[in-house]
Amino acid sequence: MNLEKVIFAFFIVLALTLNFGFFVGSIDNPVHHSVYELFAAIVVSLIATILKFGDRTHLGAVLLATSLVADLQLITAAVVWAVTEHVTHVGLTPHIMAIIVSLSGGALLANITSVILLVAETIAVRR
Amino acid sequence: MHNLVYVLLRRIHVPLIVLVCVYAISILGFALIPGMDDKGNPWDMGFFHAFYFVSFMGTTIGFGEIPYPFTDAQRLWATVSIYATVFAWLYGIGAALSLLQDPAFQSTLRVNAFRRAVNLITEPFYLVCGYGDTGSTLVRALSEAGYRSVVIEIDQSRIIALELEDLGMPVPGLCADAAEPKILVMGGLNRPNCVGVIALTNVDAVNLNVAITAKLLRPRVATIARAESHSVEANMLSFGTDQVLNPFDTFAGRLALALHSPGMFLLYEWMTAVPHEPLREPLFPPHGRWVLCGYGRFGKAVYEKLIAEGVQVTVIEAMPEITNAPPGTISGSGAEASTLIEAGIKSAVGIVAGTDNDANNLSIIMTAHELKPSLFMVARQNQHQNSITFKAAKLDLTMKRGTVIANKIFALTSTPLLADFLQAAWRNSNEWANQLVSRIGGISGDEVPQTWTIEITPAASPALYAGIARGRRACIGDLCRDPRNRDECLPCIALMIKREDTVILLPENEELLRRGDHILLCGHFGAAQQMEWIARNHNVFDYLYSGEERASGSVWRWLTREKNQPPVSTPKP
Repeated sequence: MNLEKVIFAFFIVLALTLNFGFFVGSIDNPVHHSVYELFAAIVVSLIATILKFGDRTHLGAVLLATSLVADLQLITAAVVWAVTEHVTHVGLTPHIMAIIVSLSGGALLANITSVILLVAETIAVRR
Repeated sequence: MHNLVYVLLRRIHVPLIVLVCVYAISILGFALIPGMDDKGNPWDMGFFHAFYFVSFMGTTIGFGEIPYPFTDAQRLWATVSIYATVFAWLYGIGAALSLLQDPAFQSTLRVNAFRRAVNLITEPFYLVCGYGDTGSTLVRALSEAGYRSVVIEIDQSRIIALELEDLGMPVPGLCADAAEPKILVMGGLNRPNCVGVIALTNVDAVNLNVAITAKLLRPRVATIARAESHSVEANMLSFGTDQVLNPFDTFAGRLALALHSPGMFLLYEWMTAVPHEPLREPLFPPHGRWVLCGYGRFGKAVYEKLIAEGVQVTVIEAMPEITNAPPGTISGSGAEASTLIEAGIKSAVGIVAGTDNDANNLSIIMTAHELKPSLFMVARQNQHQNSITFKAAKLDLTMKRGTVIANKIFALTSTPLLADFLQAAWRNSNEWANQLVSRIGGISGDEVPQTWTIEITPAASPALYAGIARGRRACIGDLCRDPRNRDECLPCIALMIKREDTVILLPENEELLRRGDHILLCGHFGAAQQMEWIARNHNVFDYLYSGEERASGSVWRWLTREKNQPPVSTPKP
């Protein structure tokens, strides 16, 4: 067992699960989507990105790219949330909530890709 | 370059993750802890304000409690967060700084800089492996002659010496093992402007590796290698290494030449000298019995050469049994008077101090000088940095191994025709060499002569080639005319014409030039540039050939065509 692999897989899967947790629920209902979950998803996603730094393989490069996509989507969702709450004072209307959740849905796809790549690599290694 | 980024990213994993975690915990804390607004109502900070506060707290600590004064619980958490974020930053910055000083990172930086410098070279360059005495002398000579070079050397201190050297043009150097093909490729072996690979390291195996790598990757590039053992020499020649130099043989051969035929020695020295070296005075070594101190690899080579020349030699050697010294060898270091007297120093005409220790060599010379001041003194200088003491010893001849080899390689690379000339000259007598040397001495002034080549090809000398193609009977004498005044001669001598497979040594002034000739000349510095005129400029060629100025414009040429037409079109009888 390789501790590095455990931590690596842990963060990648955790990023996906947290992302999924935020995503599920009615798309325009703020009650179904916790801001704490989004925060946790962003933090875990950032850590997963950093863990992927410096891997020179082709797979490593693709993993880094998917992670960067997830970060971008999640941070955009957080910025939208902050702007509507604190800058424009529109509040979490169903429309805004739908935007935020759909952004996180995009990040979810990127995270799923990451996990699929991780699983594919794991299956390829026969030891 | 991307190599560097990867090293950087891999090394700062942990600091970055620590930073993200500390920020996340601090932000989460502020988002969760209930606050109070200015009217005393309960107020939640939320992620937005929490992120804002933690962001400036971590880096500055001093904007105050925003947007409302904190409750005690918030202050408590702020205190914890301040310490946590400050330490996280210090750790992160410290890790980044130590990474910059990391030897692995530094060496990656150096390799990148070297690779960039090699890629920036657009002129032809030589790849020199080994920057010892020979390498440094060679690189200096190449730089002075305007050739670029790239150095690979395994010893870091010599690379530092290269960086400190003022060579007039940038010479990239890398501290690495030249035996690795990858390193040679990094040094530009595969680049089209790499014109030669010169292997001069102290280790034969490395030189062999360099030579074979160069021959396999770039079969057409000139390869010159140094080999101390004869088996390696034969091995290198077997796969087509262009030149293999055995330092001991070359060096001993040169010494024997100096003692046996000083004129020829002087010719060799001058022809293979580094540009702007002062002219060396001719030597007149006496004939008689010589004393040779030291019977190592160098001593053996000298002994063989001297015996082959018919010179009587008495050998002094500290360990005659181990070195397999010839019968009659005197045992001792040669630095004590008793050993020298035993070797019959009083009746000898000269002494060769040829051990591999400079201090011993000087001591031998000093002792011998005291015993017999009229001795002809020759010493071998091993270390470049001992030049001052060897100069002070007022020797008749100092043999610097590094210089002899470096000069020879320099001559071979800068003027390839010179090898043919020296080979042809070798067959002539010492008197022939003496005459030539005095002729050269008459024109070259205080410095060693410059040697250069004129090739009668359309690319190298268009005017000369076109003139000869039109049937002009240009000869060596025309070539040596001064472009400023055709009745005067340039200070130069034509040493050799190479015409297909034949070689004409010291051609007469009336020797007619032919297309495809390669002419080797030597002369005063600057004469080569003057000669470029006749080779490249049609008007100068016509003036020097016939004494008449040619009309340079098309109109005037058309007007005067009547006058010039007949001689051109008239076929030769």
